[in-house]
Amino acid sequence: MEASSSPETGHSVASESSVAARCAGLVKRYEDVVAVAGVDLAVLRGECFGLLGPNGAGKTTTVEILEGLTRPDEGIVEVLGTHWGSGSEHALRERLGVQLQETQLGEKLTVEETLRLFASFFAQSRPLAEIIATVELEEKKHARVGKLSGGQKQRLALACALVSDPELLFLDEPTTGLDPQARLKVWEVVERFRSRGGTVLLTTHYMEEASRLCDRVAIMDHGKILALDRPAVLVAALAADQIVEFRVRPDLSLDVLAGLVGVSGVVHREGVWKLSVRRIGEALPALLAEIERHGVTLESLATHQATLEDVFVSMTGRALRDE
Amino acid sequence: MSRSPVSRPHPLIELTRARLLEFLREPEAIFWVFVFPVLLAVALGIAFRTKPVDKLHAAVVGTNPSAKRVAALLAGSVDLTVAVVTPAEAAQALRSGKVDVVVESSAERDGHPLAVTYRYDTTRPGGRAARLAVDDALQRTLGRPDRLDTREERVAQPGNRYIDFLIPGLVGLNLMGSGMWGLGFAVVQARTRKLLKRFAATPMRRSHYLLSFMFSRLVGLVLEVVVVVGFGWLLFGVAVRGALLDVAVISLIGALTFAGIGLLVAARPRTIEGVSGWMNLVQLPMWLLSGSFFSYERFPAVAHPFIRALPLTALNDALRAVINDGAPLVASWQAVGVMVLWGMASFVLALKLFRWQ
Repeated sequence: MEASSSPETGHSVASESSVAARCAGLVKRYEDVVAVAGVDLAVLRGECFGLLGPNGAGKTTTVEILEGLTRPDEGIVEVLGTHWGSGSEHALRERLGVQLQETQLGEKLTVEETLRLFASFFAQSRPLAEIIATVELEEKKHARVGKLSGGQKQRLALACALVSDPELLFLDEPTTGLDPQARLKVWEVVERFRSRGGTVLLTTHYMEEASRLCDRVAIMDHGKILALDRPAVLVAALAADQIVEFRVRPDLSLDVLAGLVGVSGVVHREGVWKLSVRRIGEALPALLAEIERHGVTLESLATHQATLEDVFVSMTGRALRDE
Repeated sequence: MSRSPVSRPHPLIELTRARLLEFLREPEAIFWVFVFPVLLAVALGIAFRTKPVDKLHAAVVGTNPSAKRVAALLAGSVDLTVAVVTPAEAAQALRSGKVDVVVESSAERDGHPLAVTYRYDTTRPGGRAARLAVDDALQRTLGRPDRLDTREERVAQPGNRYIDFLIPGLVGLNLMGSGMWGLGFAVVQARTRKLLKRFAATPMRRSHYLLSFMFSRLVGLVLEVVVVVGFGWLLFGVAVRGALLDVAVISLIGALTFAGIGLLVAARPRTIEGVSGWMNLVQLPMWLLSGSFFSYERFPAVAHPFIRALPLTALNDALRAVINDGAPLVASWQAVGVMVLWGMASFVLALKLFRWQ
């Protein structure tokens, strides 16, 4: 399939064969907002690539540009060796699976009828029974979409994206609003797709999701990519094993805490201090001594292993889920 | 990877099937498309039924012997009911339309009327007729000779009644309403639910999506037309004088025309409220002007060419030509042409303007 890519892609054969989707210098403006402000990324074949960021970071716009649903104002987009607008969109769509944020499928149709409809759009599709089994909806096969739970609806949306057995799967916040049990089931479907050799680009604002599913993660905020790497590398870059969160009254000043032994980063937000700590055994006693010395009252204190969430907080000073 | 190239259903068939299933599983839609027109026909059929003897109502004013004599002279007329009332009652009854004419004896001699005054509302159809009937009855019983021998043939046969006029109009109205509301709501709902965007992300041909709405109307239209025409025939004896095939062809063209217009109206609105407003704006003038409930001949002649250019007028005219007049299809070529033009122009424009997200 790589051999059929158009000559104007202008990229080395090596990158074509290993890159499933890429964009460079992507910019998208809406009336008074810049939704995407210069995004470069490449999704490699066979990997799961995550766009992690809060609401409004520009994740959905970026993905919809890659899906060919939104036209960028600037930048290059290449998906499976094809450019949108080059006249071969139809053939390209045959190879993509798309799950949009917030699509509500027709409520009056059953699970099977819905899948049958989606399958009919593609030149080739997987047998419906197989797809229904993949998303574990066998028992709901004849149930109307309107009667499904949130998790079941989301798995049906996934099934609609998988019905053509795509090479590249786009998932826009696949588990937002689902309970942990339902989320786990969605993750299993994604993992099953990957085990078949599929490539995934997903957006999420759940760091557990990014950590579990993604080989590489791009952290996005305000339309820009702040960091892009494997989750473990991003966490390691914090130069911290543990995060210490605490609250004191009256509050302390920054210079007191920044100088503490073993503390590599400090974030203060809404009265809560977050210290990135390399050697917890040294840092914690030092912190407690400092609190003692200033005569302030410790109201709460907690420590946890550093995560992607902490990476985001350390980069932006904000939490992933602000609202 | 197990892809199956075999037994691939055609997307147009699948889209049409899905559309029909969604429609049939919507109880409200069933009511508006099938039950409502029948109820409307029953109500109007009863209100405007041809009564066996439609009597005119006369009121005689006063209690003096002369008034009683007038009332007695009228009592023999088969066309009239007569009541003796006070002046106040007479004014009230005339105003409310309970009586068609008020008779007042204005001169008398020895209790016998010499002159009478007729009071009636010239804007009411019964007024003038009642005045003539009363005058005729009085003059005759007082001895006016008839110079001409007359004979009467009363005609109230199927084909000329209001219900005969009404049924084709209801078929037309129904085709317009279900075509536009059915499509408009479905399309805008799919848009607000981002289903259109989801479809646009598949290799689905966009024209297939729009065509599936036209196709689904074909099935809907059969039911709609059969229900209304069959009902009119069973209950009121409204016969189709022309060929049933012609009725089918005209209904088909009409349904596709309004499906096209419905798609055009729904091409851009993002909300149900938005599309409802546009639907009403497009349909209301046709409800009034296109002669579904009463002939558009009542509007000034200058307006007729414009009224006839409306798609519903064309549909109603073509249906009446076949159902009421038994005319062949070719006689309605102008009306059919008007519909085809509206339908094709709307569909092409809808395809161009259609908003997928």
